[in-house]
Amino acid sequence: MDLHYTDEQKAFRAEVRDWMSANVPADPLPSFDGGRAGFEAHRDWEARLNQGRWGMVTWPEAYGGRELDLIRWLIFEEEYYAAGAPLRVNQNGIFLLGPTLMEYGTQEQKARFLPPMATGEEIWAQAWSEPQAGSDLAAVRAKAVRDGDSYLLSGHKIWSSRAVMADWAFGLFRTDPASERHKGLSLILFPLDAEGVRRQAIAQINGETGFAELFLDEVRVPVGNRVGADGEGWRICMATAGFERGLMLRSPARFQMTARRLVELYEANRETCTAAQRDAVAEAWMAAEAYALSIYATASRLIAGGSIGAEASLNKIFWSEMDIQMHETALAILGARAELLPTASAAGDVGRWLDGYLFSLAGPIYAGTNEIQRNIIAERLLGLPRG
Amino acid sequence: MNFAFSEEQTMMADVVRDLLARECGSAALRSRMTTACSFDRDRWRKLLELGLAGVLAPEDAGGLGLGGTDFVQIAEACGHACLPEPLVDYAGVVLPLLAECESDAAREMLAQGLETGAPIALAHPQTPWIVAANAASAFVLPGPDGLRLLAGEEVRRVQQPGIDPLRQLFTVSAEEAAGAQIAAHEAMPALLARAAERGAVFTAAELVGIAQACVDLAVAYAGERQQFGRAIGANQAIKHHLASAQVKIEFARPVVHAAAACIPAGPGFPPQSLETRARISHAMLAAGEAATLAARTALQVHGAMGYSWEVDVHLYLKRALSLTHRWGGPEHHRQRIAERILTAPLGPDRLFPQVAEEIETTPMKRTA
Ligand SMILES: Cc1cc2nc3c(=O)[nH]c(=O)nc-3n(C[C@H](O)[C@H](O)[C@H](O)COP(=O)(O)OP(=O)(O)OC[C@H]3O[C@@H](n4cnc5c(N)ncnc54)[C@H](O)[C@@H]3O)c2cc1C
Repeated sequence: MDLHYTDEQKAFRAEVRDWMSANVPADPLPSFDGGRAGFEAHRDWEARLNQGRWGMVTWPEAYGGRELDLIRWLIFEEEYYAAGAPLRVNQNGIFLLGPTLMEYGTQEQKARFLPPMATGEEIWAQAWSEPQAGSDLAAVRAKAVRDGDSYLLSGHKIWSSRAVMADWAFGLFRTDPASERHKGLSLILFPLDAEGVRRQAIAQINGETGFAELFLDEVRVPVGNRVGADGEGWRICMATAGFERGLMLRSPARFQMTARRLVELYEANRETCTAAQRDAVAEAWMAAEAYALSIYATASRLIAGGSIGAEASLNKIFWSEMDIQMHETALAILGARAELLPTASAAGDVGRWLDGYLFSLAGPIYAGTNEIQRNIIAERLLGLPRG
Repeated sequence: MNFAFSEEQTMMADVVRDLLARECGSAALRSRMTTACSFDRDRWRKLLELGLAGVLAPEDAGGLGLGGTDFVQIAEACGHACLPEPLVDYAGVVLPLLAECESDAAREMLAQGLETGAPIALAHPQTPWIVAANAASAFVLPGPDGLRLLAGEEVRRVQQPGIDPLRQLFTVSAEEAAGAQIAAHEAMPALLARAAERGAVFTAAELVGIAQACVDLAVAYAGERQQFGRAIGANQAIKHHLASAQVKIEFARPVVHAAAACIPAGPGFPPQSLETRARISHAMLAAGEAATLAARTALQVHGAMGYSWEVDVHLYLKRALSLTHRWGGPEHHRQRIAERILTAPLGPDRLFPQVAEEIETTPMKRTA
């Protein structure tokens, strides 16, 4: 055990810091779910990141990365969030599909899809959920019917984040019409502007159209768009879900920055704060530290050749509950002002806490609900009998 | 940067775990529960034969000269076994304290401790009840003119009956001039402060071990106990309780391990920066909460069995109650966290603070 960064790691941190301070937009970009302008501004940012080869530092150089290990990825993320850089509009691509293609994709698929993913030319959406297949994802009904060298995709997908404006989606489809449950499913990539795709924006709790319904009617895609073998979709999607819950989607730095902002909010409102609020702020800071330390431990284990499985569920529960606790604490400190939008003249320093609070409430739902994560922990990590 | 234990560290802990599995199982624990002194000298000897007493003592004094990360998994194993003997205090706190005292009496006592395993108890202001004073043959006591080392006969011990059936608690006192002075008045506060940091780190590790033992006991029971024609563990309410307890443990453990890394190997002292103090306090708080939740959960999962004397859950529940209030208690630790977050720079690059200072990263601006 050695909790010191090497000289190279320190130099790397300095390099990221310099680049970020020269490149991060001075004013926050408009929300990528709020309309075309915000979405495209985020796409431009992805392009700029990629020009600096900062798009995905862990990826092979051939795909726009730097082939760095997970400790450097963590350092990168720390500097990224500390610099106040924009959220990643292509997170479904770079954090979920990217690693999945790296592991299960063919050479052609990697060469075709990874470079434009890294540059933000192609923004990705995840099309797994259906009206009747939420937690019970194996109930997927959307089908892919083989027609020569093509699949014809038909069905109804829902809750697909960014899909209103994204370019491509990776979906879970039944390729064997006679199959049931986890069998006979395949992961297939399809362009969202293809003929037969109808997108219907869904307004979220904050009024923005952050996700969409997708109605697919015989959308033709080449068979080469299937990732992995026919019928392997479930296994591959579970690996993807591991990336989502585990390491990549929520790197610790984001929460460490939220904790820092919370401490600043407490300091600015100290006269009206109670001892219980001080303790809640301390709790939030500790949680962010604990999460970061845990991820450093996981990264060290992975570098030494270990793997991450059902443990990802522990992470997902922890970060989602921590995020809510942080935002609830902020709202408690803001008191009556908590309900005001930043545009209200009496709002003062409400900032974006309310928005963040609403979004934090989605944390225990997406990427597999926390109830499902608790089932996974109990059955796969602790070994309790299946219900 | 590598936040993982070495093979040697894990092997050493495995050896201790194996010994504890043999010598400190439920039956062994229960055999001492009705005795006036639950300190088992035979088990103590076997543990010390592994060389555990000197893990943190300097090499030139006959110890192994290792650091906190070499001992933290061992302390966790002691908690997991609900070990009655105060090995964690002895090797983790008392002997390192003696090693820091610049006096012949302290050096001799240290040598004797390493050689014979003579139990030595420390009366520390932050742990008012002294564990197993009835078994101790020597005492370290703070006095008005400094730290004193006393023989067992020189100390008045008053038992303070407590809830933990496996450990007896005492208050102790002595004549002002009794024994030998081993540290001057001026040196004492720093020595005691460092002892408290070590105590908190390793107690936190014990608490994590206790927490895991509670989940382990409850998982085993939930797999066996049948109600409504199936194992109770097949019910989601039970699963979710236990999963929540496990989440608490998993996010306490790395904090405890990182806190252990604040205790350097060799003659160095735990640094007393705001950041290390906060990390150690964080470890205590997180481990205490994990142990409290896990013990309560284990009790609930066992139903009335959990409320009975016969099942081991109460042993862990009581030990957790006892340990969470040692080395300052939760409010003290919360204060130290508040002090750190309200006065020192915060941010992702401050996770390993000693490092951030080294590379002179500009502390991020604090907005008022
Ligand atoms: C902000 C947001 C973004 C999303 N983005 C995407 C996306 O990009 N792509 C995509 O495919 N999907 C996306 N989703 C959908 C998400 O994956 C689903 O919401 C999730 O899997 C839960 O499914 P559901 O909403 O149908 O809830 P349901 O499955 O109907 O569950 C409702 C409630 O019942 C509980 N429940 C269900 N089954 C069990 C059980 N066996 N045991 C205990 N409790 C149970 C759940 O935990 C939950 O509390 C997103 C959701 C949100 C909120």
